[in-house]
Amino acid sequence: MRALILSLMLLLAAGAALAVEPSEQLKDPVLEGRARDISRELRCLVCQNQSIDDSNADLAKDLRRIVRERLVAGDTNEQAIDYIVARYGQFVLLKPPFEPATWLLWFGPFAVLLAGAGIAVAVFRRGRSGVAPSLDADEQARLDRLLGRAE
Amino acid sequence: MIVELGHFALTLAFAVALVQMVVPMIGAHRRDAGLMAIARPAALMQFVLIAMAFGALLFAYLTSDFSVKVVAENSHTTKPLIYKISGVWGNHEGSMVLWVFILSLYGALVALFGRNLPDGLRARVLAVQASIGVAFLGFILFTSNPFVRLDPAPFEGQGLNPLLQDPALAFHPPFLYAGYVGLSMAFSFAIAALIEGRVDASWARWVRPWTLGAWTALTVGIAMGSWWAYYTLGWGGFWFWDPVENASLMPWLVATALLHSAIVAEKRGALKSWTILLAIFAFSLSLVGTFLVRSGVLNSVHAFATDPSRGVVILCILVFFIGGALILYGWRAPVLKAEGLFAPLSREGALMLNNLLLAAAAAAVFIGTLYPLFLDAIGGPKITVGPPFFNMTFAPLMVPLLCLVPLGPLLKWKRSDLVAATERLMGAGVAVIVVMLIVLAVKTHGPWLAALGMGLAAWLVAGAFFELAWRLGLFSVPLAESFRRARRLPRASWGMAMAHGGLGIVVAGIVGMTAWRQELVTALKIGESAELAGYTLTLEQVGMRQGPNYEALVGVIDVKRGGRDLGLMLPEKRRFPVEKQEKTEAAIRTNGFSDLYIVIGDDNGQGAWTLRAYENSLAPWIWAGAIIMAAGGVVSLTDRRYRVGAPARARSRLAAQPAE
Repeated sequence: MRALILSLMLLLAAGAALAVEPSEQLKDPVLEGRARDISRELRCLVCQNQSIDDSNADLAKDLRRIVRERLVAGDTNEQAIDYIVARYGQFVLLKPPFEPATWLLWFGPFAVLLAGAGIAVAVFRRGRSGVAPSLDADEQARLDRLLGRAE
Repeated sequence: MIVELGHFALTLAFAVALVQMVVPMIGAHRRDAGLMAIARPAALMQFVLIAMAFGALLFAYLTSDFSVKVVAENSHTTKPLIYKISGVWGNHEGSMVLWVFILSLYGALVALFGRNLPDGLRARVLAVQASIGVAFLGFILFTSNPFVRLDPAPFEGQGLNPLLQDPALAFHPPFLYAGYVGLSMAFSFAIAALIEGRVDASWARWVRPWTLGAWTALTVGIAMGSWWAYYTLGWGGFWFWDPVENASLMPWLVATALLHSAIVAEKRGALKSWTILLAIFAFSLSLVGTFLVRSGVLNSVHAFATDPSRGVVILCILVFFIGGALILYGWRAPVLKAEGLFAPLSREGALMLNNLLLAAAAAAVFIGTLYPLFLDAIGGPKITVGPPFFNMTFAPLMVPLLCLVPLGPLLKWKRSDLVAATERLMGAGVAVIVVMLIVLAVKTHGPWLAALGMGLAAWLVAGAFFELAWRLGLFSVPLAESFRRARRLPRASWGMAMAHGGLGIVVAGIVGMTAWRQELVTALKIGESAELAGYTLTLEQVGMRQGPNYEALVGVIDVKRGGRDLGLMLPEKRRFPVEKQEKTEAAIRTNGFSDLYIVIGDDNGQGAWTLRAYENSLAPWIWAGAIIMAAGGVVSLTDRRYRVGAPARARSRLAAQPAE
C-alpha cells in the first residue's frame, strides 16, 4: 500500500488539479459519454496504472483531447482507440489485446480453475473406487450389532 | 543514546532469533526437552528486545531527533503528534521494524499461551517463526538500518508525505501488517506439521484462530486503505486494481480459502495437505506483498538495479521461504494421511468448491499483476494489464462463489441433500425477487444488470439471515425456544452469519457505485449553482484557511435538495509548504445510502472554480459491509472453542451441545 501512495504521490505532486476539465468537455453529451468510455480504457503513459480519465498529467490531457477530436471527426470508438494505439503502442491499452503473447494471461485463471476441478474429480473418483472409509469404534460396534441381529 | 540502545537491542534480537531458530529445532529432533525449552524464553526475549528497538525509534520521532536519518527524512517539528507516531512506519526502514515487531509479538503469544501444545510442535513452530525473524532482522540490520545517524544533524526535517498525513492511513499499515504477519503463524504451523509429518484436529484447531485473527486484521487494513483512497485521491474510486492493492488482496483471498479449508481439516480430517499448501501460499503472498511492492519491481524489472543490495536480499528471502516451503511440501505432504471421505454434494464439497474458486480468483489477480513483468523479462511486448482485465476475469470467478455462499452452511457433512438445503433458502429466494423488482421499479437509469447484482447482494444477506433463522428454529418453534437456542448457538456461527451477510452489503455497495454513480464536472463563479442528482450546489465563496502544517483553499458550497437547505460543504485543496506538495480534501456528506462527494480544483483564470461532484450510490455500504465482515471475525474469535488455552474446558461444553 505504501508504494501505491508513492505512485499516487507522483500524480499529486504534479498539482492537485482535477482530471477532466470543464473546458475539455464536448457539447454533445452522447459524444462526451463515448469519450469518457474510451478514456477509461486508455492508460496514462507517464502515470502508474491510471487511466487518462483519472489522470491530470499533461500527456493524459493531450490524449483526452485527441480522443475527442477523433470522435468529432466521425471516428467510431474502435477507430479512435486504433488511432491512439498506432501512435503510442499497445502499452496504452488498459485491456491487454488478445494475442498469442497474452493467451496465458487470459486463459491462466480459468486454466487454474479447470486444473483444480480436474484434481478434485480425480480425488473423488479414486475415493469411490478405492477402499471404503474405515469405521471408527462406535460405528464398528453398531455394525457388528446389526449384523449379529441379522444372522 | 536511546537510539543507540535501540540499535543494540535490534542487533541482540537478531542473535536471540538465531539461537531460537537453531536450538529448539535440534531439541525437537532429538526429543531433548532442555533444548526445546529454550524456545519460550527466547521468543519472549526477542519480543522485549524488538519492542525496545521500536520504542527507541518512536522516541526519536516524538522528540524530533533529526540526527537520525530516517527521522530527518520523514518528520518535521510542526507535524501533529499522531503523524509523528505514524511516521515511524511511514517509510521503508521503519515499516520493516514494525513488521518484525508484530512478528515477535505473535511469537511471544505462542510462547505465553501455547502451554497446551505438544512440546515438539511448539518448539518447531517457534523455531520456524524465528527463522522468519532472522531473515527480516538481518535484512533490516544489513540493508535498511533505521538507526543510522546524520552528522551534522539538520535543524529541521523534511516532513512526511502529505498523503500519509491522514488518520485512516496512519493506522492502515499496522492492520495490514498484523494480517500479513499473522499468516506467518499459519505458515510456521504448516512447516512444523510437515517436519513432524502429522496433521491432526488439534493442529487445525490451533491454526484456525490465528488465521481468523490475521484475516480480520487484513480485512480491516484493506478496507481502511480503500476508504482512504476513496476520500483522498479526489475522484471517488474505491478500488483501482493497482499492483499494490492487488498485493494485499491476494493474501486476503488465499487466507479466506485457508479459513474455510481449515474447518474441514479440523472437523473432518479431510483436505489436510491442501490446507497446508494454502497456509504456505497465504504467507508466501504476504511476503510478496511486503517485498515486491517495496522494491518497486512491480513497476519495472529495472527497479532492482537502483538498489541492488536490497533487491538481491529480498529475492533470496523470497526464494528461501517460498521455494524451501514448497520443496518441503513436495517431499513430506505424501506422508500426511487423508481421512474423512465425503461425497461431492456435502459441506466438505461446498467448502472445496469455495477453495477452488477463491484460488482461481487469487490466480487471476496474481497473473494479471505479474504478467507485464513476466512478458518484459522474457523480452515480449510491453503491455498493460488494467482494470478491464480484472473485471473480466475476477468477476466471473466471484459471481458463482457468491451464489454458493448461502448454500454451503446449510449442507450436511459427508453427504447432503440439495433439496433440503434449498428449501431452507426459500425465504432468501423470495427476498431476492422482491429486491430485484424494487430495483427495476425505482432505478430507471443504469444498466439492468444492476438488478441482478442487487439480487445477489440480497441473496447473501437474506441467506445469512435465514441460515441463522433455521438454526434457531425462528419460524417453527416458540420464540422462547428460539431465544434459548440463540444463547447456546456457538459464537462462530454468529460470526459466520455476520461475515457472509457483510459480504452481501459490500456487494450491494460495489454494485451501487458501479451502476448508479452520477458525476458533475463544471466551473462555477461565486454565487452560481449547478444540479446533480436532485441536489443544488451553490458556490457561496472561496477562501483560505491556515492548518497546523498546511494552508488550504476552501470552497464554501451550499447544498439544497428539493428546496430544503442541507447546510454547507467545505472541500479543500491543501498546500504543504515543507513537503512542497498539494492534496485534495474532498467534502463528503452521507445519508447512509449515498454519498455526495465534492472536490474543488483550480481557478480557471476567468473567475470561476473547477468543481467535481459525485453522487455515489450505496458507497458507504462498501466499508460498512467490510467492517461487519471483520466484526464477524472478531465474534468468531471469542468462541470458546477457539480460545487459545481453553480446548479442554471447551470440549466438555461441546459434548453437552447439539451437534452443529
